[in-house]
Amino acid sequence: MQIFAFYLFASIVLASGAFCIFARNPVHSVLWLILAFFNAAGLMLLVGAEFIAALLVIVYVGAVAVLFLFVVMMLDIDFAELRAGFMKNLPLGLLLALVLVVEIIFGVGAWQSSGMGEATAAVGPPAGAPSNIEQLGALLYTKYVFLFEAAGMILLVAMVGAIVLTHRTRGGVRKQNIADQVARRPEDATRNTQPEVGKGVEL
Amino acid sequence: MTAYIQTLLGYEAGWFVGTLALILLIAFPLMLAVAMIIYVDRKIWAAIALRKGPNVVGPFGLLQSFADGLKVFLQETIIPSGANKGLFLLAPILTFTVALLAWAVIPFGEGMVLANINIGLLYILAVSSLGVYGVVIAGWASNSKYPFFSAMRAAAQMISYEVSIGFIIISVVLMAGSFNLQDIIIGQKSHLLGINAYGVNPLLFPMAVMFLISSLAETARTPFDLTEAESELVAGYQTEYSSMSFALFWLGEYANVLLMCALNAILFWGGWLPPIDWAPLYAVPGIIWLFAKIFFFFFIFSWVKATVPRYRYDQLMRLGWKIFLPVSLFWVFLVSGYLMLTRYAG
Repeated sequence: MQIFAFYLFASIVLASGAFCIFARNPVHSVLWLILAFFNAAGLMLLVGAEFIAALLVIVYVGAVAVLFLFVVMMLDIDFAELRAGFMKNLPLGLLLALVLVVEIIFGVGAWQSSGMGEATAAVGPPAGAPSNIEQLGALLYTKYVFLFEAAGMILLVAMVGAIVLTHRTRGGVRKQNIADQVARRPEDATRNTQPEVGKGVEL
Repeated sequence: MTAYIQTLLGYEAGWFVGTLALILLIAFPLMLAVAMIIYVDRKIWAAIALRKGPNVVGPFGLLQSFADGLKVFLQETIIPSGANKGLFLLAPILTFTVALLAWAVIPFGEGMVLANINIGLLYILAVSSLGVYGVVIAGWASNSKYPFFSAMRAAAQMISYEVSIGFIIISVVLMAGSFNLQDIIIGQKSHLLGINAYGVNPLLFPMAVMFLISSLAETARTPFDLTEAESELVAGYQTEYSSMSFALFWLGEYANVLLMCALNAILFWGGWLPPIDWAPLYAVPGIIWLFAKIFFFFFIFSWVKATVPRYRYDQLMRLGWKIFLPVSLFWVFLVSGYLMLTRYAG
């Protein structure tokens, strides 16, 4: 049963990854990417990392990919121009792919030869162990607390940097002042007059 | 129930059959509840506007939703020629499916839950964050200006309010010490002065109010229904939809509203526990208390819909980012500080 689920999720991840690259429409690409994320979360679930799976869906599918989709939908993309550079960039792409394949082979080789494979052969946490969240929390806030805080600081700096880079004061913009709007009473904006018949209203 | 079927069919087959049966046991009554709640919504709205509302089909108009459903079912599905056909049809199905998914972890009573998982609340956050895709894809695939504007508004709105909903949920999780919805409900038993609710705690009451408002925004109900503001965007992302694809949006939207009402009841007002920790009240089944609470919150949703005017877009964003986000963040500090000094002191 688990084997079946694994092959189902894994094959969908691979297939949607391939479709993400080969799709002609960039919006379709992003949607395939989302499907890949989603099934990767399914794989995480199979090894008993339910917290990571939930985070993957919440952060990547729920927030990052929405913004991706948002941007790609609004872009005015010339498809012919995109494909024109294909042959020129092909050698570079192949080189990158080769480097990645070699890295994966080295990684798997080192993992197997070091005997770590046998140690982690039993997939999933042992029965009765504290939940994912408790274990992760205990590790993050004790052993890795400085790294964790450093990651938080880096994200904060990145956020402030992004705001500083994009924020500029523009002239000629009418701003809404909510406090003024709430404080405004009918007497400030209107007045009751009794104009003579036929005279009209002076504004 | 699953355990009983497993004794008949063996472990794996029994698990499949039992889970399937439970899914159907939730999904069908939910669809019925959605149909009836649409009728209730229209009745409440009509009563506040001093009208009669649906009163022709069946006794008191009770069958109105079913008549509407039949009518919609028999209509032709129109697909605009410029639309992206596959995605155009996928969007309503996605909205509807996602709206049903979250109900898997909602506890209806003691032990009455399809999937009693440790990360129940995170699961709900994850699934509800998927809801925006139906709207965004619908807006884009329609290849039309109004739906596209609506999709952009929907995406911005849902992301904005999900942030504060996350912080509100975290303060409840801190209080309960668990992400499991059952544990959260049981943790509320006799929380303060014998009342089974986190909402009566002065520390959490503001969060309960903010969660109610955020859930209005998350489900795009009035006063935050900018995605389908009739005066500006015709019908928003639903403009190009007709027949069953339109009905699926409609059903998904109300299933989401019911889910948010249930979450309000579960997180802050005791879920399936009776309101007061008093033995005779426990004689009433928990599911009835939960339904009563869901119905109460749905009444508030309808009441708001009938009385509050629509927000302007910048006001909506201001409320989400400049008020709810800082206040909820501050409140997480407050709750965790209180717990550190009292529960985890020493």
